[in-house]
Amino acid sequence: MTSRAALTDAAYLAASILFVLGLRSLTLPDRARRGMQLAAIGMLLAIAGTLLKREIVSYGWILAGLALGAGIGWPLGTRVPMTAMPQRIAISHMFGAVAATLVGVAEFWHAGRGAAVAQVQMVALGLEVLFGSLTVTGSFLAFGKLQGLLPARPLTFPGQNLLSLSLLGGGLGLFGWLVVAPAHPAAFLAMVGLGLAFGISLVLPIGGADMPVVISLLNSYAGLASAATGFAIGNEVLIIAGALDGASGFLLSLVMSRAMNRPFRNVLFGAFGAAPPPGAEAGAARPVRSITVEDAALQLAFARLVIVVPGYGLAVAQAQHQVRELAQLVERNGGTVLFAIHPVAGRMPGHMNVLLAEADVPYDRLKEMDEINPEFERADVALVIGANDVVNPAARSDRGSPISGMPILDVDRARQVIVLKRSMAPGFAGVENELFHGERTAMLFGDARETLAALVQAMRQA
Amino acid sequence: MNVELLQLYVFVLAGFVGFLVISRVPALLHTPLMSATNAISAISLVGSLVLAGSGRDRVASVLGFLAVTSATINVVGGFLITDRMLRMFRRGGPGPGPGGRR
Repeated sequence: MTSRAALTDAAYLAASILFVLGLRSLTLPDRARRGMQLAAIGMLLAIAGTLLKREIVSYGWILAGLALGAGIGWPLGTRVPMTAMPQRIAISHMFGAVAATLVGVAEFWHAGRGAAVAQVQMVALGLEVLFGSLTVTGSFLAFGKLQGLLPARPLTFPGQNLLSLSLLGGGLGLFGWLVVAPAHPAAFLAMVGLGLAFGISLVLPIGGADMPVVISLLNSYAGLASAATGFAIGNEVLIIAGALDGASGFLLSLVMSRAMNRPFRNVLFGAFGAAPPPGAEAGAARPVRSITVEDAALQLAFARLVIVVPGYGLAVAQAQHQVRELAQLVERNGGTVLFAIHPVAGRMPGHMNVLLAEADVPYDRLKEMDEINPEFERADVALVIGANDVVNPAARSDRGSPISGMPILDVDRARQVIVLKRSMAPGFAGVENELFHGERTAMLFGDARETLAALVQAMRQA
Repeated sequence: MNVELLQLYVFVLAGFVGFLVISRVPALLHTPLMSATNAISAISLVGSLVLAGSGRDRVASVLGFLAVTSATINVVGGFLITDRMLRMFRRGGPGPGPGGRR
């Protein structure tokens, strides 16, 4: 081993260690920033170590790519608003997968168009381009849906599942054949094409509310593509980083699917996003009690403990700052305000926390479901803003309900519930919500942002 | 033991480490976690660099250039946005309440 090669290996080892330490630092919000800066240093070390490699003979294309990538990456990192985080993450999965796929194709071509590819390496290359290509198109489609370039509703047509399965089966079939007989460049390209097509058919039938699962899953696939790249080109730091990414995405998919009450096998096979089951329409005419802004403000002004339950409606209305103002007023009156964050609030894992943190809500007021649920009994007011299914008591009690068994926030146990809602339309699952008809529930209809602004105004005058 | 098997060991063990480390990340930080793992897995830049600089032929160089560009977008954008998010998370402490220090 030359001293140059030893330096490269040392840089890779240091990078691997710093990556793990960086992810570990995310356990504690106070240490997270420093930890991730260490991980960034690890990345710089790995890049520097690679540039020392003897295989690298010219730097022109490298410098051009680094400059262009940095030029695009900089605004993506500094300018994209926090509300756009889901689509921002989705598109970055695409970039990662593009890199992995291109490296895979080039490796195959370089090895005599497959003629010099050993069987074991072909397994790695196949996994790399299959995971890579389906993540490229899948992530791009997810980006388009989240960005509003495409309709967010599920796009379905007859025979869709059959088409998806044949695309996947075809890709896997070619993969198997290539492992036996690698020297077939046309089959290799066809496999990439089938992967790209499968990515589209995977995400097409998925609606906006299921996006947290999809983004997590694509995160996992992008990581696995990176890990497969590591196998294909014999690079351990790639294998390690890819495995970390793959494990993270897998874990987040598990968390999300549990929180959305979807069996995990549905997630694995991408067979989620099916049309929501028809809910009971019977309760449509049942009475609800509405409340005026002034009365609501009065209740909040005298409350000792207020628990805010923000849902996707809050993010849509961009009302984070109004919520924070309201919370400040309650605290000025001597009350405490906590925020109950359901795992699927927002459009990606943890999105609601980021939005509220940006609005200057301290993170120690943001409580996870298991932590906050026992507190609802003590709460004078539970303020539900744009959330529906995640506060539906039917999930606990009604075994026949489509959302039965879904973990929910026990809002109905609060002394008083105020629900901010645009209309009586049922939530994503299409299920009637018993909470809205509860004895202790009062409805405050209207746009979340305007209503909150009015509440703030009324509390100032109270 | 051959190299491929050793690599498989590395993959499986790194996956376990990832699972253990990441299962302790609170839901509070799941979005930064995702952008962080995304930035870290942009380590595929390492493979792209070798491809772009190996001087094999024009096709390899162009593919390498595109791969380097894509991966660099994730490295630069990913670490920056993760830092931007983590900077926003601050403790409230007793007293002034949410946003009280503004």
